[in-house]
Amino acid sequence: MSAQDLDGGSDAEADGSGEMPKPHTIRLELADEPGQLLAALAPISDNGGNLLSIFHERGNLTPRGHIPVEVDLECPPDRFERIVDALRDAGVNVIRAGAEHFGEEVMVILVGDTVDSDLSDTLHRIESSADATLQDLSLSAREGTDEASSARLRLAVRSGRVDETLAVVRDLAAEKGLHVVEPLAEGSQ
Amino acid sequence: MSLRLAVLGAGAVGGSVLDLAGDYGHDVVAFADSSSSAVDPAGLDPSAVHDRKERDGVVGDADPESVFDADYDVLVEATPTTLGDAEPGFSHVERALADDRHVVLANKGPVAERYADLRALEAESEGTVQFEAAVGGAIPILSTISDLGAPHVTAARGVLNGTANFILSRMAAEGLDYEHVLAEAQDLGVAEADPTFDVDGIDAALKFVILANVLSDGETEYALDDAEVEGIRNVPGTALDLAAEDGRTVRLIGEATADGVRVAPRLIPQGSALSVTGTQNIVQLETKHAGQLNISGRGAGGPETATAVLSDVSRLE
Ligand SMILES: NC(=O)c1ccc[n+]([C@@H]2O[C@H](COP(=O)([O-])OP(=O)(O)OC[C@H]3O[C@@H](n4cnc5c(N)ncnc54)[C@H](OP(=O)(O)O)[C@@H]3O)[C@@H](O)[C@H]2O)c1
Repeated sequence: MSAQDLDGGSDAEADGSGEMPKPHTIRLELADEPGQLLAALAPISDNGGNLLSIFHERGNLTPRGHIPVEVDLECPPDRFERIVDALRDAGVNVIRAGAEHFGEEVMVILVGDTVDSDLSDTLHRIESSADATLQDLSLSAREGTDEASSARLRLAVRSGRVDETLAVVRDLAAEKGLHVVEPLAEGSQ
Repeated sequence: MSLRLAVLGAGAVGGSVLDLAGDYGHDVVAFADSSSSAVDPAGLDPSAVHDRKERDGVVGDADPESVFDADYDVLVEATPTTLGDAEPGFSHVERALADDRHVVLANKGPVAERYADLRALEAESEGTVQFEAAVGGAIPILSTISDLGAPHVTAARGVLNGTANFILSRMAAEGLDYEHVLAEAQDLGVAEADPTFDVDGIDAALKFVILANVLSDGETEYALDDAEVEGIRNVPGTALDLAAEDGRTVRLIGEATADGVRVAPRLIPQGSALSVTGTQNIVQLETKHAGQLNISGRGAGGPETATAVLSDVSRLE
């Protein structure tokens, strides 16, 4: 048996901590003046971030009379700090940054002979279609046997979206002819 | 009070009911296998009946039908579980109820596949139908639910197939592959020559369908077709290795919840209540006001299942 633990490892393609973009959320405060939003968004794209959505809570003022804005973006994890710094350098008030919304953790095991051959596609599609981000990944294959290989995925999932995420994983697995071993959420203590 | 039992099915369960009835103060007055029956109003002698079955392959000289003409109080139905129309078990129950006799089932078919039909027949009869033995052998699951009151139990989940659990827990503990452990289980008599019912999750699903029928209290009727069922054949050793690395393991878990019935291999924490090993079974009941209740024990076997049958019989006294 060989269990390859890629947790925080160096294989940037497979483990998601290198080049693969991950979703992040940033909460900003903007003064209610024209041009403010555009000015705030420039540091994001200038530093390799890809905007996913902007939620401009116009009717809602912060205690200081500013407008709260929530920005969802995607960027390689190592660029995220740089983006936040660039925003602050540009004078934007960043209230909260990071993946705080991914409040739940889900573990699934994918099983099948092809599980390792197109793993990066599988991971990319889980991250792009579910409210989830990969936290760590392990692969296991038993050499010299005809047992199928498996991959263990630990996903950080947006709070309240565990069922949707599992549904995405299930559909994707069905499409690729893989089996999913899902966690039992409740009653397992 | 001594009750007179008519037992249909002379296998592991029926045979043990014949052996143990006396211990509970009851008499078996009629006993049948698929081709013959023995009837004695004074009570049958278990060893004579077993000897005859072993020697001649029959339990007596009468035909199986004669059982229904005997003077009995309770029909014990322990013929093979079948899917769909649940025959011949269902007709056996129908006949006994038509004669206003009580019925105790070990057979899962009639309660899993034709629950509403069965309840309708029961409503027309002076007799009642009980089936503790059909769900989890010796473990008093249905009587616990009945004590709590079905409306106060919101869900049931757990491990109710000893064969699948034996295979998964051996694979995890010994690092062996599925085929290897299955062969070992067959040698030990834990798995049948055709293990399909157990390893494909059907047996567990039937039990959770029965639980869903009991918990829904007549509001929704469930049958095997309504259950989402996945067995353990697709759980390789590699998946168990990865689960163990993270303090988890995989068990064939059944669930009867408001969302329906589902049986599938699931990841659970090692050492958690549901991670029973070997042929052990466990059910976890989720209650409205009192949290979770766990009941575990031996979910199968002749004497174990006969124990549940005879507890049901004793409730009729
Ligand atoms: N074994 C367990 O641990 C367990 C646990 C819970 C529930 N159950 C259920 O209990 C039932 C019996 O199980 P088992 O293990 O005792 O099965 P088994 O050993 O296979 O025995 C089945 C018996 O039923 C007899 N039979 C078949 N068709 C019949 C008919 N039309 N009329 C009268 N007898 C008939 C067979 O007769 P022949 O001897 O002539 O073949 C045999 O004696 C099954 O429905 C099973 O699902 C079993």
